[in-house]
Amino acid sequence: MIVGITARAAGTDAPVEQRFGRAPYFVFVDTETGKAESIENPLVDAAGGVGPRAVQMFSEHGATVVITGQVGGNAARALGMGGIKAYAYRGSGSVADALAEYTAGNLQLLPL
Amino acid sequence: MKIAIASGKGGTGKSTVAANLACTLALSREVALVDCDVEEPNLHLFFPDSAEDVPVTTLVPEIDPALCTLCGECGKFCRFGALSVLKDRVLLFPELCHSCGGCSLVCPQGAIREVPRTIGRVACSCPLSRLTLVSGVLNEGEVMAPTVIRAAKMLAEGHPLILYDASPGIACPVIETLEGVDACILVTESTPFGLHDLRLAAEVVESTGIPAGVVINRSDGRDEETLDFCRERGLPILMTIPFSREIAAIQNRGGLICRDLPGWEERFADLFEAVVKIAGVNP
Repeated sequence: MIVGITARAAGTDAPVEQRFGRAPYFVFVDTETGKAESIENPLVDAAGGVGPRAVQMFSEHGATVVITGQVGGNAARALGMGGIKAYAYRGSGSVADALAEYTAGNLQLLPL
Repeated sequence: MKIAIASGKGGTGKSTVAANLACTLALSREVALVDCDVEEPNLHLFFPDSAEDVPVTTLVPEIDPALCTLCGECGKFCRFGALSVLKDRVLLFPELCHSCGGCSLVCPQGAIREVPRTIGRVACSCPLSRLTLVSGVLNEGEVMAPTVIRAAKMLAEGHPLILYDASPGIACPVIETLEGVDACILVTESTPFGLHDLRLAAEVVESTGIPAGVVINRSDGRDEETLDFCRERGLPILMTIPFSREIAAIQNRGGLICRDLPGWEERFADLFEAVVKIAGVNP
């Protein structure tokens, strides 16, 4: 399973970013192999419509779970239709910390 | 002749000036008044009448699922996020679409065609015997104000004398309103905000090459800073409307000072003459 996490920098040590579509980086972690791939988000300074475009990037990377702070209305609709579950991480920890919290079942599902 | 009424700052009195000018001119000639403040049109409040509605549409993509291979090209192309290509479908967010048509061009399968979608309307009425009111109305939640403004302006096209009431600000809707006008009346008030935004609006009309003059509204008689600015920029003061409870009371009940207060019909007639002079065209 691929989990996509919004982050402020590349790598699993990077702090989690609370914003979804405008997060500077997306870190995709394969939970089976433990491999992580970091993508710089080209939408950081886009004028608008970043939510649906970010969801397309998550979909393209095969993510079925997203961990982020919160998502907007359009992103929520796209995530819901795309069958991607979104979990809220509101802590100040790293991507790895957020993933551990998710694996432990401590994260709340965001309503989509 | 085409005259735009703009301001920069909101609430300075654009609609007051536009409505009174239109009402005064309609006493002696045919005039069309176009409400280009399509996000919050208000001129109909001065001229209540039954109106005929014309819908305004924009083109949005429609995807043929039989042809679409979910390649993702359209979603990557759309910089407005109107298309999201998922694993098993393409999701459309029509209210984010700017109708550029690019998605249908980049689709390698020819799976996208463009279909009309209603985003607003233009309401036309004849509230006075020589006055035609054309109001653009953008539906709530929509972003394509210039499309509705263009439609409203088009419906008024052909009238010998047209007044356009612009929206506040200096963004796309105002630029669309200013397109093709002979002169622009900038309405301001003698406050720091009024002057700040007058500066911006003056820059816009200057860069578009449209002759402009200034109406100072709600003047308390201490307009030195505004007057200095206008002198510096070569902007003539076309009219000054005092800060008066009497004027405010008429305005607040939807009345027109050119009709309800002695002397103001003449002053708005003079305003028109002054605008004709700066425009340098035959009315």
